[in-house]
Amino acid sequence: MTAATTNPPDAIRLSEQDNVAVAVRDIAAGSAVAIGEIRLTTLDAVPLGHKISLRPIRAGEKILKFGVPVGSATVDIAAGCHVHMHNVRSDYLNNRQEHWE
Amino acid sequence: MTMDQGRQEEQTLRGWPRRDGRKGIRNYLLVAYLVECAHHVARAIAAPFEAEGVQLIGFPGCYPSDYAFSMMQRLCTHPNVGGVLLVSLGCEEFRRSELAETIARSGRPVTIAVIQERGGTKDTIAFGRSWVERTLAELAAQPRVPVGFADLVVGTECGGSDGTSGITANPAIGIAVDHLIDQGGTAMFEETCELLGCEAHMAGRAATPGLAAEIMRVMRKADDYYRDLEHGSFGGGNITGGLSTIEEKSIGAYAKSGTRPIAGLLTPGVLPPRPGLYLMDMVNDGGVRFGIPNINDTATVVEMVACGCHLVLFSTGRGSVVGSAIAPVIKVCANPATFRKLAGDMDVDAGRILEGRATLAEVGREIFDTIGAVAAGMPSKSEALGHQEFILTYKTFEPLGPSCLPV
Repeated sequence: MTAATTNPPDAIRLSEQDNVAVAVRDIAAGSAVAIGEIRLTTLDAVPLGHKISLRPIRAGEKILKFGVPVGSATVDIAAGCHVHMHNVRSDYLNNRQEHWE
Repeated sequence: MTMDQGRQEEQTLRGWPRRDGRKGIRNYLLVAYLVECAHHVARAIAAPFEAEGVQLIGFPGCYPSDYAFSMMQRLCTHPNVGGVLLVSLGCEEFRRSELAETIARSGRPVTIAVIQERGGTKDTIAFGRSWVERTLAELAAQPRVPVGFADLVVGTECGGSDGTSGITANPAIGIAVDHLIDQGGTAMFEETCELLGCEAHMAGRAATPGLAAEIMRVMRKADDYYRDLEHGSFGGGNITGGLSTIEEKSIGAYAKSGTRPIAGLLTPGVLPPRPGLYLMDMVNDGGVRFGIPNINDTATVVEMVACGCHLVLFSTGRGSVVGSAIAPVIKVCANPATFRKLAGDMDVDAGRILEGRATLAEVGREIFDTIGAVAAGMPSKSEALGHQEFILTYKTFEPLGPSCLPV
């Protein structure tokens, strides 16, 4: 608990409405994380700049970041998960090719 | 760093007056090739003078293009440009004499070196270097006048965005943009393809209902265009850096625009008619033509430079190193881990915000002060490292309607 509550935090929630927070450092799976009032244990590793679910998110539910939708969940997501390409899709344009490194 | 320091910078700002009333913060001499076939000769002319402010730009195409012609007119009469040497092969479809006349009418020294008429590569290089040498001496003697923030036009761009960009560097740039607008300056943001999801909010910031409708129109155009292309402006390093969708990238990028009203809508090469904040539409009119509108970050930077930007604020998370011909680029690094790896390329360390070592407001002020310092002559990191990236490709735009630039 002590490591998670020292300043700076492990992750930041950009808006009160958000169901995800952004990791401000690489977080290992199984870490105890405190984000404001929320306490959770990460189920996945979450790298710096990536999103972590703050509560269970149902398939089809909007992912909220900065208080606005930034995509939709494609599967049910538990609290403490890495939220990314494997469980989120764009409500605008999804690129067909996936050839990044 | 304080606003007072920014104002002190302003008092010492001196630039080059141009005939059209604008003022330059640099006095570069351009060597511009008018077709790829003249690229090597132009580069060979410019290379020995790189440290003396000679820069290389050009248009590679041989097919005629009204868009490329108007862009070259704007770029060759940009306030940071003091003179231009045009290098032509001779048989390309480019109206070189008309371009030279435009440059001459703007009060700048200009000449055309036609390779087919000058006796080939060697003789054209010799002619060009001798003209450049003489013209540099002429430019060095030109008088300078005071410049204020109200004279400045600043572009904003992001490249190599990641999950930190929208939290640190982009909102800090937004604060600097607000400061600049409040001082009577001009700023622009662009890449409508990277603002998908922000259209309603942007329309709400438009100065008039007519402009709001135009913003919604160009955003629909961007959405349709990239759907037809079947590939949006998202992928690669964005995904590695934690961004999952184009709209997530967009909302982070949008923070660069700050909070002031949107005064108008530009297309590449259109000059802002008065101070304020402008959005630029960069997607071809008339459906998919000439392929991907902006094939890389430099294409966007060049378009903003053609709209008169004196310098560009460039936010990066993954770590872009590019600069630009004509306008110095100020790098604002969003990611603290990237800054530690690429410190030599970065002007501002916005990742400090994530590590509790600075506030957003402090970094915003630092960016604003850096605008003043670079405008006063301090080379930005990319400028000092010799970066002068440039690219110009084919596009087509309809003229802007009257609602785009409300009086």
